[in-house]
Amino acid sequence: MATILAVDDSASMRQMVSFTLKGAGYDVVEAVDGVDALSKAQSGAFNLVITDVNMPNMDGITLIAELRKLPAFKFTPLLMLTTESAPEKKQAGKAAGATGWIVKPFNPDQLLATIKKVLG
Amino acid sequence: MSIDMAQFHQVFFEESFEGLDIMETGLLHMQPGAADSEEINSIFRAAHSIKGGAGTFGFMEVSNFTHVMETLLDEMRDGRRTVTSEAIDALLQSVDVLRDLLTASQDGNDLDTDRAAAQKAVLEAILAGDGTAAEAVADATESLDSTAAPLQQITGWKIVFRPHQNILRTGNDPYRIIRELSELGEIRSHCDTSLLPDLAVFEEEDFYLSWEIFLDTPVDKQQISDIFDWVEDECDLAIIPLVGEVEVSEEEAITPAVTETAAVAETAATEPAKATVTPVAAAKKPAASAGSKSKGGGSIRVDTEKIDSLINMVGELVITQSMLGMLGEDFDMSRVEKLNEGLSQLERHTRELQESVMQIRMLPISFTFSRFPRLVHDLSSKMGKKIELQMIGEETEVDKTVIEKIGDPLVHLVRNSLDHGIEMPADRVAAGKPETGTIQLIASHKGGNIVIEIHDDGKGLDKNKILSKALEKGVIADGSNMSDKQIYELIFEPGFSTADQISDVSGRGVGMDVVRRNIYELGGSIEIDSRPGQGSAIIIRLPLTLAILDGQSIRVGEETYIVPLVSIIESIQAKPEMVNMVAGKGETFKLRDEYLPVIRMHDVFGIENPRFTRVTDGLLVVVEGDGGKCGLFVDELLGQHQVVIKSLETNYGKVEGASGATILGDGSVALILDIPDLMRLSRKMIPEHFLKSA
Repeated sequence: MATILAVDDSASMRQMVSFTLKGAGYDVVEAVDGVDALSKAQSGAFNLVITDVNMPNMDGITLIAELRKLPAFKFTPLLMLTTESAPEKKQAGKAAGATGWIVKPFNPDQLLATIKKVLG
Repeated sequence: MSIDMAQFHQVFFEESFEGLDIMETGLLHMQPGAADSEEINSIFRAAHSIKGGAGTFGFMEVSNFTHVMETLLDEMRDGRRTVTSEAIDALLQSVDVLRDLLTASQDGNDLDTDRAAAQKAVLEAILAGDGTAAEAVADATESLDSTAAPLQQITGWKIVFRPHQNILRTGNDPYRIIRELSELGEIRSHCDTSLLPDLAVFEEEDFYLSWEIFLDTPVDKQQISDIFDWVEDECDLAIIPLVGEVEVSEEEAITPAVTETAAVAETAATEPAKATVTPVAAAKKPAASAGSKSKGGGSIRVDTEKIDSLINMVGELVITQSMLGMLGEDFDMSRVEKLNEGLSQLERHTRELQESVMQIRMLPISFTFSRFPRLVHDLSSKMGKKIELQMIGEETEVDKTVIEKIGDPLVHLVRNSLDHGIEMPADRVAAGKPETGTIQLIASHKGGNIVIEIHDDGKGLDKNKILSKALEKGVIADGSNMSDKQIYELIFEPGFSTADQISDVSGRGVGMDVVRRNIYELGGSIEIDSRPGQGSAIIIRLPLTLAILDGQSIRVGEETYIVPLVSIIESIQAKPEMVNMVAGKGETFKLRDEYLPVIRMHDVFGIENPRFTRVTDGLLVVVEGDGGKCGLFVDELLGQHQVVIKSLETNYGKVEGASGATILGDGSVALILDIPDLMRLSRKMIPEHFLKSA
């Protein structure tokens, strides 16, 4: 079953994402910011990464850029969690190598639908 | 599948309140003009998280309100807006409004939407103030889709999809996209492989294929373009409507849309300008005031280290217990040595466990202190005074209940210092002091107690004013024998206040006695000292934990009672000349210059065979409680030890004169005396008291 890395500095968001994805049968590893995510990425195998943008220590866009440098993550779907009023963020994310985005606020069903589409 | 989001709400609220604290502390630190980038970013992130979470979990009012704060903060962190003190103050007030909105959401009460709207207007005014474009208009124009009114009936679409060579590097998979397309309806596709190079020059990470895909279902164009949303920039895409087999020219279809967009933009722009004035129809549920559902018990955050060491200790205890168990199975006197060893190990581990568990309920006092920077900031600007707050020893750990209950008394004391202690800047300078007054909040551990001190360098207490007020109110009859300290402590008497005017902040005279009572209820004590012209100091001592008490055992007849050590002043053997019967007050004894009532324990508690009935034969334990002193007449003093407080209410019921009970080593129950309650009880019984002969 697919393993997903979920990155967000907000515990309630992490819990919700984790719970939703695990409920659908995915394995989930949580990280609290970009630095944490990067270190977990290097010691684990992930089929998809979903990350918030605004986080301390390393933000989501920098994380995406760093992940793309790792051979294991060259083609991995990397999704950003972004608010609708920041089109510049989407552009910056794409420039860094993001696969796509999920708009906040989202509900669990939207999340699952998007993940299913990407992972098949 | 629908998931109940309510299970995440508690965490959301907890982290949101923490986020608010971060915002408040950050805003208080911020100086107008130069804003530290990391500081602003962390404030922004806190607002952003709250907004995101609120939206996700359905608290739309909260989300909308926070959005405006976030916008302002975003502009400040991007450098598009200078940080002004006006903005900082508006944001600080917004933090307050947001806190109330969150509390109301958490408690399920009605939100004060009028207040929120008013504060939002303040923020929006600042945002609009120097021409940085309001976002509302931009938002409106974004989400316009150009669904054209079809001139003919569309039967399907032709999609030309040419991914760029590097599309795979974005993690996007063209097959996945085509799969999604197939969910919209039946598709036929033709793959163009003409760009595939020779194997020799073939780059395995590049993509060379493209497709013409026919979708024979008349879906909305938007549905198709949504599927390609993520790869817009990584492919060449054409979505062409079909009628039968014929492609319809795109230009014909599009024209009506242009005029539509202009019209929509206009109406969207006028909407935010309209004030949201909704008449208040039914009576709203009152917002939670202190006392209703707001969290008191709740949860506590504990370092996992503390839990781990606890688990270790329990492990040790289990080992010791099973060792003793084995010894017990097959015991004879030759193994007494081992038994003693085991028992002392048991004692050691139990004590360690006890200390460790008490540690769990301990939190740093910074939780209580954290509200003071804001308080001092707001009140000092309100009063026109310059005051600096220093907090020392914030890491000092204190029982959770103490943290909850010491807050209000401390607020009152700090307000007093702010209001009556520290002088106006002009007065300070005239007195040769620095213009900015200093208030120090200090917390420390001293000798098994927590000590909290409040020092100010203000004008100090006015001894004469206090004395005259006390005489005027009949609090004391004669102040000629009182030491300075005793005079200062008169301010703890009920109904006392020397404030010339009752200010909004303090001075109603109900504060100090309540403060002292609250502290007594926590098992602590409070002292005040002062130097005229130089300042005042208040020292509060609290026990380290509320579950365990240092007590003095006393015996009356066959019964053992525990007197809290913190209440005991001294124990004496009363001499006949010290003891008197005073009309209307019962028996008293003279201790130095004071006449204190004697409480005959065996009378108050109805004990049948006391060893001594004459005060001069037994012992007098002089105790103090709630401002008064008295002597407990007992048979004997037993030892001093720590006792575990067990609640009487939960196990039995309220007992007058007792604050709790404990189980002694021999298994019997001893009541723990509540000194103020005991004094009240004995006063009620005085008439009988008076009739009995000494």
